[in-house]
Amino acid sequence: MPPVVSISNLNKIYDSGFQALSNINLDINRGEIIALLGPNGAGKTTLISIICGIVNASSGAIIVDGFDTQTEYRKTRGKIGLVPQELTSDAFSTVWNTVTFSRGLFGKEPNPSVIEKILRDLSLWDKKDNMMMTLSGGMKRRVLIAKALSHEPEILFLDEPTAGVDVELRKDMWRVINRLRDSGVTIILTTHYIEEAEEIADRIGIISNGEIILVEEKDILIKQLGKKCITLKLQNKLDAIPEDLNQYELELSQDGRELSYTFNTTTTITPSVNNNDPSSNIATLIDKLSSNNIHFNDIDTKQSSLEEIFVELVANSKTNSNYMSKHQKKTLQEQQ
Amino acid sequence: MNYYAIKAIYTFEMARTWRTLLQSIVAPIISTSLYFIVFGSAIGSRIDEIDGIPYGSFIVPGLLMLSLLTQSIANASFGIFFPKFSGTIYEVLSAPVSSREIVLGYVGAATSKSLLVGIIILATAGLFVPLQIAHPLAMLFFLVMTCITFSLLGFIIGIWADNFEKLQLIPSLVVTPLVFLGGSFYSINMLPSFWQSVTLFNPVVYLISGFRWSFYGVADVNVGISIAMTLFFLCLASFIVWRIFKTGYQLRK
Repeated sequence: MPPVVSISNLNKIYDSGFQALSNINLDINRGEIIALLGPNGAGKTTLISIICGIVNASSGAIIVDGFDTQTEYRKTRGKIGLVPQELTSDAFSTVWNTVTFSRGLFGKEPNPSVIEKILRDLSLWDKKDNMMMTLSGGMKRRVLIAKALSHEPEILFLDEPTAGVDVELRKDMWRVINRLRDSGVTIILTTHYIEEAEEIADRIGIISNGEIILVEEKDILIKQLGKKCITLKLQNKLDAIPEDLNQYELELSQDGRELSYTFNTTTTITPSVNNNDPSSNIATLIDKLSSNNIHFNDIDTKQSSLEEIFVELVANSKTNSNYMSKHQKKTLQEQQ
Repeated sequence: MNYYAIKAIYTFEMARTWRTLLQSIVAPIISTSLYFIVFGSAIGSRIDEIDGIPYGSFIVPGLLMLSLLTQSIANASFGIFFPKFSGTIYEVLSAPVSSREIVLGYVGAATSKSLLVGIIILATAGLFVPLQIAHPLAMLFFLVMTCITFSLLGFIIGIWADNFEKLQLIPSLVVTPLVFLGGSFYSINMLPSFWQSVTLFNPVVYLISGFRWSFYGVADVNVGISIAMTLFFLCLASFIVWRIFKTGYQLRK
């Protein structure tokens, strides 16, 4: 199945010379939830703003469901709904009026039953006659989602949908997002809450300094890049690690009571062990510990979280300056 | 053409008018009525006729023009400035709407409001002074064209302004003085010849003169020139708006 959104060689350089996006290539599959993770200023909002038509790209192409966002913007924008990061709304409009306005703006004929269904699904029905200025932050966020859904889009962009909302509301929002995915809507969300991506995303893209560092299935990402640490609580104090265990790069605690073994979850990190199966390495390690008369009475395992993977990836990402030289900028302009 | 979008923007803007009825409709009517009472009745009764027209009636087209210009600019500039200021402009920019449709929605609503104010003021003027409309079609032409042109100008100001001060800058410091010095309360023939020539550089002179001709059949400048200038201003404002959308100035980064 072709991707519902295909981004090729996308660049964005602001007039100030700041390069917000650098050669972005990304395919988004129909019906998935993809989370774009990145620190503040990484380029997440710029990326979705370009796809939605709010910001002009410097170069590159974006195809939405087979249509070019530049030349066939009516078709592409009609398929997209956007929930912005900021809680922007017309303070003096009622919930009903502002959602109805959005539907009309996207070229759809008035349909009160559609609006009613959206408001009911988002638990906003009893607030339909309330003015926006009277709503809480969480409710305003829901109204922005309702506005974005009012024209029944196939693709929904959520720019930091749970920024600044409490834990309960955040989980409630995740349920809403999952329900939307179940109804067939493709969801692209930006967030810097790792927990959010871990909880609801199918795939994760990591953006740093305007570049996509990687895009991967969430489970595979955790499996491939994650590390596991096994800590053995020793029965007897150990003064030093025996020489024939050096190949495992074990770590002994200062009190000699704990022995830790950290390994990659898919491949061994111990080069001298000619085996790519970590579980078999662990078995060998335990055998060797036993043969060295090292016994343990408890075992503790810890899998690295997405947060740890994310922090490590971003830290390792290029730290090139975002400011292009005049020559680079000129060259890019000539290419356009 | 995305008619639903035009209707949505238009309806939204008109809804703001009804929400702010005192500010949108009642305030301009009261201020214009005060002009009629002060200049038309109190002071005007002591002024001779101008070009055979009683002074109170003579100032009607100028006062009407003053309201039309300020209202058109205020309505259109605020209409587009406020979504920019509050951030809700993202929705218009991300919608499948062309620049022409956006302009039709915002400028159409501002024009409608100004026309409404103009008609009410005209009716109010009839309560104070005797009115006659010698050329109704020409009057309608100048009325509608002025509302559209200055709503377009207001739209340009609303896009250009990045704070509330700038929003008021051109209407207060440029447009209002031009209207006052453009023959609203006097005939430019009453000025010394040097100032008559200088006044011809004031574009509002042509609007007021043409508009007054449509009422009483007398004009400071040839009506053909007034019509041509009115159309020229409309084309100029339309061209600037077109350029704004073409370049994304102050809208799309």
